[in-house]
Amino acid sequence: MPVNVISAGIATTIQDLGRPGYYHLGIPMGGAMDRLALRTANMLVGNDEGAAALEAVFVGPELEFTEDAIVAVTGAELPPKLDGQIQPTWTGFAVKAGQTLSFDFLKNGARAYIAISGGIDTPPALGSRSTYAIGALGGVEGRGIQPGDTLPLGAQPSSASAGKSVPDEMRRTPGKPAELRVLPGLYWHRITEAAQKGFFEDTWKVANEADRMGYRFQGGRVLEFVEREPPFGAGADPSNITDACYPYGSVQVPSGTEPIVLHRDAVSGGGYFMIGTVISADMDLIGQLQPHTPTRFIKVDMDTALAARKERAEALDAIRQTLT
Amino acid sequence: MSCRYTFGGDEHIFVEVDEAMSLEAFFTSLSMTNAVREAKIKGVTEICPANASFQIKFNPDDIHPDDMLAELKRLEATADASEARLDTRIIEIPVHYQDPWTHETLMRFRERHQDPDASDIEYAARINGYDSVQDFIKAHSGAPWFVSMVGFVSGLPFLYQMVDRPRQIQVPKYLRPRTDTPKLTVGYGGSFSCIYSVRGAGGYQMFGITPMPIFDPEQKVSYLKDFMVFFKPGDIVKWKPISREEYDADVAAVEAGTFMPRMAEVTFSLDDFNADIDGTNAKLMEALNAG
Repeated sequence: MPVNVISAGIATTIQDLGRPGYYHLGIPMGGAMDRLALRTANMLVGNDEGAAALEAVFVGPELEFTEDAIVAVTGAELPPKLDGQIQPTWTGFAVKAGQTLSFDFLKNGARAYIAISGGIDTPPALGSRSTYAIGALGGVEGRGIQPGDTLPLGAQPSSASAGKSVPDEMRRTPGKPAELRVLPGLYWHRITEAAQKGFFEDTWKVANEADRMGYRFQGGRVLEFVEREPPFGAGADPSNITDACYPYGSVQVPSGTEPIVLHRDAVSGGGYFMIGTVISADMDLIGQLQPHTPTRFIKVDMDTALAARKERAEALDAIRQTLT
Repeated sequence: MSCRYTFGGDEHIFVEVDEAMSLEAFFTSLSMTNAVREAKIKGVTEICPANASFQIKFNPDDIHPDDMLAELKRLEATADASEARLDTRIIEIPVHYQDPWTHETLMRFRERHQDPDASDIEYAARINGYDSVQDFIKAHSGAPWFVSMVGFVSGLPFLYQMVDRPRQIQVPKYLRPRTDTPKLTVGYGGSFSCIYSVRGAGGYQMFGITPMPIFDPEQKVSYLKDFMVFFKPGDIVKWKPISREEYDADVAAVEAGTFMPRMAEVTFSLDDFNADIDGTNAKLMEALNAG
């Protein structure tokens, strides 16, 4: 028995943990931008952590249920309403057949994850239900949800029960300013020492161009390049390179002006130099940044990156232990 | 050639074979990525060859980044010693140059172009020293191309022409990227041709359009039933200029499920190529035309 989409929000898509393995063909891993929030939402409703759920950006959808289920909303603080009654976030609550789930205004963060017990059971593409709209893969016929869609659910898990909740201190929210840790590298040597220093000193702001492909930042000083003779095939602009692969989280700065951090739906390559990469531990955080959020990039080394990764894994384990 | 290794965060190693594009750099990238695949190194999750570089994604919970780096450096020595030889295929891709759809699109974005009074192909012909667009098309479609990278988005091939450097066509990208490019546009930027696999933003100059889909998520196109992406790095491509009538006929054949791209299995040796470029290309064309 499906869930009927009454209204879709702004850019609500079906996401799971993505489809790794096809990046060499220009098909990105995709999946939830805030993976910890997706996993947690699924745990709260008794699903496998990687089950498909809805990723709503800024504005929630309106959904009509045709069967009983457990629902949990995590990630951004986007309060759910059941037949108009506000429900807690980061908490599993019961929904009865015939009830309507809608959302109040966004309080903080950018992306809410709406997990439904049973998981959304649209057909997978290349092993994932994640929506990759550019390649028309996953989701509902390769796109985000729209009014009139019916979302099929999988079988109700035996462990589904309402009332599980994640304590406040286990929810991660961006600081003010938000801090993204970056390991310098890639084409870091292409900018001057002063520019290297300035990039980490300046406070940037999230630009309006901020989506699943990447987040653009504005407001810092223009990066100054080390002079060079353009290599054959690279192009004349000092920020050009011979078209190469882009790591997830890599920070490219076309013409040295506005840094773009590539995210889960990254373009797999191109001709712009990159000055480093946001470490894996901070990728989830990017998905919760609203436009205009002041942001600092923090320079770290590999040991710090690995320690932060371990710390994130432990935080996820702590949530698992609380909920199961 | 000595590679430059650098970490892309805690999950990627980026290896620059050379700053500049060359067939030598591409072959080193391809043979090293093949070596990484065969070595089955624990923790490797993605192997992405590019034009003159490549990237490995790995899980640092399974292998320490420093150990991953050491593995790659060890493989560089092996790749250096191996012969630059490739079993691959040559494919004929029909192109309707100066088609109405890319023309309509380029006219909409003239203010983002270096030469607003000329079309993209007129501009490219002029700055590369060709007397006419026809001569330019002859050069673009005259010698075959290597698919030196697949990526950007969904199965988009970057192609590098198999001629000596003085004959390489070079064209800058648009001053500012377009927000629209027709699906299956044959484009050009820097020293690379490309085929836009899907409609979308783009900065490459637009020369024409192919009737032949190269990405089909629904896998309905006859030659994409096994896999949705057509190209892989190392494929060789020969452009075939076609008229509007031939274009329409090919589109109808694709729709009817009867279109099959002309292709042939070939072996390519970089040493043979460097010894005799035109002779090697002529042999490739013989194989294609016999196929």
